[in-house]
Amino acid sequence: MARKLLIEHAEVPGIAAYDVYRKHGGYASVEKALKTMSPDEIVEEVKKSGLRGRGGAGFPTGMKWSFLAKPEGIERHLVCNADESEPGTFKDRYLMEKLPHLLIEGMITSSYALGARRSYIYIRGEFMYILRILEKAIAEAYANGMLGKNILGSGYDLDLVVTPGGGAYICGEETALLESLEGKRGNPRMKPPFPAVKGLWGNPTVVNNVESIAAVVPIVNEGGEAYAAIGIERSTGTKLISASGNLVRPGVYEIDLGLSVEEFIYGDDYCRGIPNGKKLKACVPGGSSVPILPHYLVTKTAAGTDRLMTYESLADGGFATGSMLGSGGFIVFDEDQCIVRNTWNFARFYAHESCGQCSPCREGTGWMEKVLYRLEHGQGTLEDISLLEEINKKIEGNTICPLGDAAAWPVAAAIRHFRDEFEWHVKAPQEAQTRNYGLIQAPLEA
Amino acid sequence: MKVDHPQAVYEAPIDFSAHTMTEINRVIGLFPEGKQKSAILSILHLVQDEFGWVSVGAMNRVAQILGIEPIEVYEVATFYTMFHLDPVGKNVLEVCRTGPCQLVGSDDLIAYIEEKLNIKVGETTKDGLFTLKTVECLGACGYGPMLMCKYQFYERLTKEKVNEMLDAMRAASKS
Ligand SMILES: Cc1cc2nc3c(=O)[nH]c(=O)nc-3n(C[C@H](O)[C@H](O)[C@H](O)COP(=O)(O)O)c2cc1C
Ligand code: FES
Repeated sequence: MARKLLIEHAEVPGIAAYDVYRKHGGYASVEKALKTMSPDEIVEEVKKSGLRGRGGAGFPTGMKWSFLAKPEGIERHLVCNADESEPGTFKDRYLMEKLPHLLIEGMITSSYALGARRSYIYIRGEFMYILRILEKAIAEAYANGMLGKNILGSGYDLDLVVTPGGGAYICGEETALLESLEGKRGNPRMKPPFPAVKGLWGNPTVVNNVESIAAVVPIVNEGGEAYAAIGIERSTGTKLISASGNLVRPGVYEIDLGLSVEEFIYGDDYCRGIPNGKKLKACVPGGSSVPILPHYLVTKTAAGTDRLMTYESLADGGFATGSMLGSGGFIVFDEDQCIVRNTWNFARFYAHESCGQCSPCREGTGWMEKVLYRLEHGQGTLEDISLLEEINKKIEGNTICPLGDAAAWPVAAAIRHFRDEFEWHVKAPQEAQTRNYGLIQAPLEA
Repeated sequence: MKVDHPQAVYEAPIDFSAHTMTEINRVIGLFPEGKQKSAILSILHLVQDEFGWVSVGAMNRVAQILGIEPIEVYEVATFYTMFHLDPVGKNVLEVCRTGPCQLVGSDDLIAYIEEKLNIKVGETTKDGLFTLKTVECLGACGYGPMLMCKYQFYERLTKEKVNEMLDAMRAASKS
């Protein structure tokens, strides 16, 4: 099994306690950073590591950090995005529940690098039991001089607070998160200004995902180059993958980026294939917002090369024949699953979660849900399929935040690859209620 | 975006328990001077923990505590799906209905609970013990089908596990 930089000690008994975590090498990055490195040196190491944001967008973390505005006399903040609400994603929960001190350690080292003296962890409200675990760990870190005034005699002060959301997918979007953290409705803000210039309470702010912040710990400990040596191309380091759906062994796995998709789905160290001898029908490799891939494009690209777990390889072929690594929410469908039903399910999710600010998203997601409901329930027409494509075009790119795109892409991809299955629901509505369409055929040129 | 909304009638602010007030003051203290409003979601959770739901009177009290207009509390409470703005049963079963859970049987789970409790989604049992709701992805997708009750996750649910869970909740509510 591959090395683990993040969750190696996750199953050590008592590792959620400060002393046990410390015995296993915990807080070494804080000592190294505060005693021997300048903030800029840490930013340099993170740049060298090639770390890309693990929340979904994959933006280079070092670059994001270097954009942070540093006006004299104005406070800066680091905000950790622990909203984890993208369907198919449950890795941050695992990390925080098992290794709360790893996140806190990453928050301290990263806050120091950014010059933040007041940092926040915003965690989805449903994870209240994890909030309690984090609160306890934060109290331990204060008691041991890792938080508060003059940390390790360095002269650096940091206060860290964990605070809950209230149930709203949109609050995973960074500017909606900031609104929520200010005690308001989670309506995304217009950008620019970006949070790096005007974020929490108008102060320059960096928002990073839990896993991105945790990855700073091994990067500071081992150096950016060592981290960059893992993986291929611009996909460096390890990544937590949340595997769900029809798998023998779903769960959270830390993989070296560059592992083959074939190995991840079928390998003994990973998901061990599909239960009950069923065949693979489709896969959504990066959380519900990314395009679905039909079985013949999951383990191979359209060009016939092995598909790898990297940002580049999963996107190979663009939206025509590829998808995205996204948040690493890897959802597997067996041959008995109905794509129309699933597309309707996800459309319902986005309609439910639209914040309602932008008309194309608010109205469009509702329309898509209704049309897909008709198709799934044997009341659809062939025009409905074109109507979905029309609505899609009207949403995409026309909204303040990317939730609209996130809602539109999965529908577009499902129709692109599974058009025959959609049409079958229209032409044989009775039959579609009683049996599944089965596997879609690969087009001849694929 | 949640669509239900508090009734537009005035209700006098209600009092919270000493324990709730202590906790409210603690979470307000987590934020810098002048930024107390940031504690509003924590406070609404605390209020719901005490009463089971969030009434208009409770929201009016939260507004007083934070020194903000009542509308600022209403607009927040109506946006976030975790807050119940109507009375609910002692145990609110919130079943995840989103894609990954559906792939592994959440539809059957919902139907089974409806049958066991003889209520539909959105309803409360006559004895006031259970309310059944469906919710979107709870971040437990690899362990579905699942539900949440009182911030606790019940995962990889089977009929047997649901039966045991309901029995345990019934027993706990009696004592
Ligand atoms: C609708 C929507 C939901 C999102 N949900 C999450 C989330 O739950 N967790 C997360 O880390 N990022 C989420 N993001 C991405 C954030 O906006 C942001 O890019 C991320 O937190 C940045 O951190 P990173 O660079 O470390 O990935 C979401 C984005 C959108 C548009
Ligand atoms: S889909 Fe049910 S917990 Fe994520």
